[in-house]
Amino acid sequence: MGIKKRKIIELEDAVVKFAGDSGDGMQMSGTQFSDTSAFVGNDISTFPDYPSEIRAPQGTIAGVSGFQVRIGSKDIKTPGDLADVLVAMNPAALRTNLKWVKQGATIIIDSDSFDEKNYQKAGFTSDPLEDGTLDGYNIVRAPITYLNFTTVKELGLDSKTAEKTKNQFAVGILYWLFDRNLEYGEKFLDDRFKSKPALAEANKKVLRAGYHYAETIETLESRFQIIHKEERKGKFRNITGNTAVAWGFIAASERSGRPLFLGSYPITPASEILQELAKRKQLGVKVFQAEDEIAGINSAIGASFAGNLGVTTTSGPGLALKSEAIGLAVITELPLVIVDVQRGGPSTGLPTKTEQGDLLQALYGRCGESPAVIISASSPSDCFDYTYMACKIAIEHMTPVILLTDGYLANGSELWNIPKIADLPPIVPPLVPDNTPDFKPYRRDPEKLNRFWAIPGQEGLRHRIGSLEKEDVTGFVSHDPLNHEKMVRLREEKVQRVANYIPELKVWGEPTGDLLAVGWGGTYGAMISAVQDLQQQGKSISLAQFNYLKPLPRNTEAVLKGFRKIIVCELNLGQFAMYLNALYPQFKYLRYNKIQGLPFMIEELKRKFNQVLEGKE
Amino acid sequence: MAATNETSSAQPALTRNDFRLDQPVKWCAGCGDYAILSAVQNALPEIGMKKEDIVFVSGIGCSSRFPYYINTYGFHGLHGRAAAVASGIKIANPELSVWIVTGDGDSMAIGGNHFIHILRRNLDVNILIFNNKIYGLTKGQYSPTSPKGLKTKTSPDGTIEPPFIPGELAMGAQGTFFARAVDTEPKQMTDIFIKAAQHDGTSVVEILQNCVIFNNKIHQEITGKDVKDDRIIYLEHGKPMIFGTGRDKGLILRNAGLQVVNIGENGITEEDLLVHDAYTPDIALHYLLTRMNYPEFPVATGVIRSFPCEPYDQALERQVIRSMEESRIKTLEGLINSGNVWQI
Ligand SMILES: Cc1ncc(C[n+]2csc(CCOP(=O)(O)OP(=O)(O)O)c2C)c(N)n1
Ligand code: SF4
Ligand SMILES: [Mg+2]
Repeated sequence: MGIKKRKIIELEDAVVKFAGDSGDGMQMSGTQFSDTSAFVGNDISTFPDYPSEIRAPQGTIAGVSGFQVRIGSKDIKTPGDLADVLVAMNPAALRTNLKWVKQGATIIIDSDSFDEKNYQKAGFTSDPLEDGTLDGYNIVRAPITYLNFTTVKELGLDSKTAEKTKNQFAVGILYWLFDRNLEYGEKFLDDRFKSKPALAEANKKVLRAGYHYAETIETLESRFQIIHKEERKGKFRNITGNTAVAWGFIAASERSGRPLFLGSYPITPASEILQELAKRKQLGVKVFQAEDEIAGINSAIGASFAGNLGVTTTSGPGLALKSEAIGLAVITELPLVIVDVQRGGPSTGLPTKTEQGDLLQALYGRCGESPAVIISASSPSDCFDYTYMACKIAIEHMTPVILLTDGYLANGSELWNIPKIADLPPIVPPLVPDNTPDFKPYRRDPEKLNRFWAIPGQEGLRHRIGSLEKEDVTGFVSHDPLNHEKMVRLREEKVQRVANYIPELKVWGEPTGDLLAVGWGGTYGAMISAVQDLQQQGKSISLAQFNYLKPLPRNTEAVLKGFRKIIVCELNLGQFAMYLNALYPQFKYLRYNKIQGLPFMIEELKRKFNQVLEGKE
Repeated sequence: MAATNETSSAQPALTRNDFRLDQPVKWCAGCGDYAILSAVQNALPEIGMKKEDIVFVSGIGCSSRFPYYINTYGFHGLHGRAAAVASGIKIANPELSVWIVTGDGDSMAIGGNHFIHILRRNLDVNILIFNNKIYGLTKGQYSPTSPKGLKTKTSPDGTIEPPFIPGELAMGAQGTFFARAVDTEPKQMTDIFIKAAQHDGTSVVEILQNCVIFNNKIHQEITGKDVKDDRIIYLEHGKPMIFGTGRDKGLILRNAGLQVVNIGENGITEEDLLVHDAYTPDIALHYLLTRMNYPEFPVATGVIRSFPCEPYDQALERQVIRSMEESRIKTLEGLINSGNVWQI
């Protein structure tokens, strides 16, 4: 068969979505494809989307697992709204993902799985290949199951193992479609199946088969080419938010000279932080998998008392369990970092989905006046920076710090410009020399108001702290009314003064104008993309995306003042808007809220912003 | 923490005064906690630790005020959570001698989960349970160790809950050290605390403590001066299990159970009695001894079980050191620049 010359479509970026059964290896395929793209110099952003059931019945909607990757030549800030290419390994994968696909997109299906039985499982009442459902798309029907089987047949794999290589056929088609070098894909497989060379061979063989199949068949009329612009320089790696958090902790430990202790209990979507750190004993990290979240945080507080950088990681339900102990860290004024990888709530809610519903819990979900520093990360890779900053603040200001990330940041990935650890800002723990005369546990630094960190084992500094109110300076138990008020105010003021040590709020765009879009944390990618698109159209809109939530940056009020309208966009019912309204009631806050377990889409934000700009909100 | 015999030789030997604070102790007059505090202050100079290497951790309760009254490092935590705080301290610095002071409510009710898990892990800390069989600090509600039928503020008609025996829970959680002491026996307490400190692993000492205000004389039936010799058996490793005012009673095993016998009756001599082996790994007899209760049996005090076994903190330390030695990656810089890295 002769190979026909195909049309080349040039793109700045493209979104590819892999979808199949949770056993189909979609996460691996997506990672393989995105790693290869990064290798050839594309920017990437990925987002996995898995069901909360580990292996729901094959072929059902509940069992569909997805992985979206966006590759591009310029700075990419989100994994993209809608897909340019969808790989659907079965009808259920097609049915769940069709609404996330662009008109005219290329859809690659495993035609072998498109039969009556699977239509029923997916809830199709008629044949989607025939009934017009797919009109307007470029459908590539590849008999993937069959072709995979014939490819690996001679390798003598059992049918179960053979089944597991079929994703590589689809990946092979994509490699051809995007003109990716097969070598990278093969190297990925060699690494992935290091201990099982036979499996690596089988997968590689199928990958090549998929590639050659694509080269040969007629349905693929065109190939995509990502225009290559060499903009970024440096050393990069692909990193997920959860890995970035884990590494941020290690960085802070190294720079502060305080050994790292993690006390944690597994919970989706935060477990990967615990798992990553459990692998880092070679860097001296101690990980304690506690019997529950309460033990996790209390052990971290104990470790902190003993002079370690004590940290704990969780998601919303776990944060609820930790609230009493956060108060303990507030009153004992010990460094502690609590990471809350937010997911859909309330209760068990949507364990694998993203949301920003825990802001008020982080701010206020404790008994008494219990101030903690609250910060949030805004992209998978900056989870590293904000974790580092959380530790720096916790240590230098002797306070618990809650870092809010979310399922979207935690599991999503992007390219990370690898920093030099020595270039990170120093962290200086407020330690006390042995035998300091007249040491008092609650004497404070006059500027930051932190108390000092005297550590068991140090000579001449024996002291006692705890959950009861303490007398100013001496740290003796005290029930004195005026002392209590003084201590409550001191603890609050200590946290407020952190504002003197954090960067000012940045405005993307003009400092004044018609509309200020306000967001916080993980919505940054969609927010900045939407705002910049509108700015390019000449609209008077700017963005303020908050990372520091308590205390707020000092210039917050000044920024808000510069705009005729303010719209606060959040993946909750308006918690940040409510908070801003409490602190700066002189402004009117419009709200845009989405509570679907999904991130914002750029297009929906733009639509909303346009409405507001046109006065139609 | 296992006691090391070498105190820094340059330093003068410690005395109980080194562990005294000039802060007022605020338990009720006549509370059993005073005697326990004093016995601990007597024990600490004997455990071979520097005073700055000792940490007391507690939860919430009358008993849990203890760290405020002893001159060591101290941490008064949350109700039930002392075991978790202590775990973090010990893991962070295995060189420290870590002591948990807790009540029957603190350790058996709200902190029951942490209690069994610290034992299962065998963290090298010492747990002192002040068992007054009542919630003291909250003024007299029944606790998980209150005897069935006890009338309290929350059980006006008598409790309908069977109590926990702390030692039984400790054994069930694979505890490696369990001892029982009585607040009216200061010498025995001190001796037991020293042995607890010497044990490698989690040591649990249950102290039968009198709450004079809300549960006065709850242990009297057993610990009363005139009856205790017949109702308590003080176990010592390697010694026959003898008790009684006239040292005329003992314990034997019969039909897979313990039995009280009178020496001299039915041909029983001292030779026939069980000899206490606290160090055996076999938990069966320790379990039976722990469960003994008046009136059928004497209540066992002393060190019932002391089976040395590698503690969690030491095992973790070993793994960390080995990985640090074996890994080529020594710093985060090394880690983040390894694997899939692209120079663009
Ligand atoms: C979370 C929480 N729940 C309840 C309490 C109230 N509380 C304090 S101490 C206590 C019981 C103490 O009993 P125990 O542990 O036996 O100690 P004791 O006072 O008898 O020494 C209770 C219920 C608390 N402080 N915190
Ligand atoms: S209430 Fe009971 S346990 Fe508490 S201090 Fe008073 S006597 Fe002791
Ligand atoms: Mg009690």
